[in-house]
Amino acid sequence: MAWTREDICRVAALELKDGYYCNLGIGMPTKVANYIPDNINVTLQSENGMLGMGPFPLENEVDADIINAGKQTITELPETSYFDSSESFAMIRGGHIDLSILGALQVSEKGDLANWMIPGKMVKGMGGAMDLVAGVKKVLILMEHTAKDGQPKLLKECTLPLTGKSVVDMVITELGKFDITPEGVHVVEIAPGVTLDEIKSKTQAKIIG
Amino acid sequence: MANNKVFQNAHDAMQGILFDGMTILSGGFGICGIAENITEEIKASKVQGLTVVSNNCGIDGFGLGTLLHTRQIKKMISSYVGENKTFEEQYLKGELELEFSPQGTLAERCRAGGAGIPAFYTKTGVGTIIAEGKETKVIDGVEYLLEKAITGDLSIIKAWKGDESGNLVFRKAARNFNPPMAKAGKICVVEVEQLVKTGELDPDHIHLPGIYVDRIFEGKYTEKKIEFVTLREE
Repeated sequence: MAWTREDICRVAALELKDGYYCNLGIGMPTKVANYIPDNINVTLQSENGMLGMGPFPLENEVDADIINAGKQTITELPETSYFDSSESFAMIRGGHIDLSILGALQVSEKGDLANWMIPGKMVKGMGGAMDLVAGVKKVLILMEHTAKDGQPKLLKECTLPLTGKSVVDMVITELGKFDITPEGVHVVEIAPGVTLDEIKSKTQAKIIG
Repeated sequence: MANNKVFQNAHDAMQGILFDGMTILSGGFGICGIAENITEEIKASKVQGLTVVSNNCGIDGFGLGTLLHTRQIKKMISSYVGENKTFEEQYLKGELELEFSPQGTLAERCRAGGAGIPAFYTKTGVGTIIAEGKETKVIDGVEYLLEKAITGDLSIIKAWKGDESGNLVFRKAARNFNPPMAKAGKICVVEVEQLVKTGELDPDHIHLPGIYVDRIFEGKYTEKKIEFVTLREE
């Protein structure tokens, strides 16, 4: 029995450490916020210009001027600060954010990341993803282990246009948790009911136990 | 003290500054903190062939989306253009040019443009298609690419409060791209929710000093629009 999406978020949340400043991408990464352990203090940054993001609002708390990078309504906390976009990316590019959690289309064994563009399809844009992977201290990818057609997403080389080169540190999929190392993709943890052989059969990148 | 920056409305504030083929820098993120009164006036002016620098392009029927609908925009420089069907249609038909710039690079290109810095090196985009055709340089063992600053003919800005001297205060996450865009235009027009007398804002709490602002007026607003209202359970 592989990990569910909730399990993946829970495993990802264990990578958060007390005092971390963290940026969570749109989709599954956003949900990691629901699993932050109670005994640690983590500050969430939103690249549109907010540090210290609170939970989604109750209906009577909705404020059109408080949104996250996914343009969803959000709330502020006592420690919240606001700033402009150039300041926001100075924080990101300058290495002041400890962890960035993002989704991916493909990841290579060298840590290359493709997550913004499929040639021939409408391209919406990279938003802040290229800045985040270039500047944040640690980049964690949450994704399904294979594409919808069964093709591996953890590859020797990405075939899709890159978001960043040698930027990914760790990948969590429904099959397990993996470190990207100079020697290859190191299996850190295997999901319950999954075997190393299954992981190897669904991975093109070089797997090291 | 009398001040010639203050205008009565969007129509008056936009007189004599619009021309075909101009480059407009727009503040806002999604539809948060966008200059909606000014955008309506640009639409009414029927000015054509615009290059618009903006993180996003509004949504269908609101914000910059209205200028797409009237086909006044020739080219967009943006980081993300989802949430907009009109954009997609015109782009896929080849009627609209698009230059993608990573969000932080876009913000910094405008900040730099307003700060007299013609270009800067950044790690963002190294080894990607964004780096194609751009000069790269290795500094202390790390590869960077050279990104050029952006300046424009006009900045269109939305702030919460402004005074007659053009000093601005933004509200919460509606600040976003407004300050860097304001600095990079030859002329900067600002719409505010509340226009106050000079001296009423605390000088220590000004987010953008009036030197960057040429024209200011109090906008007309109904309810603020939200792209994705997302709630938590009680």
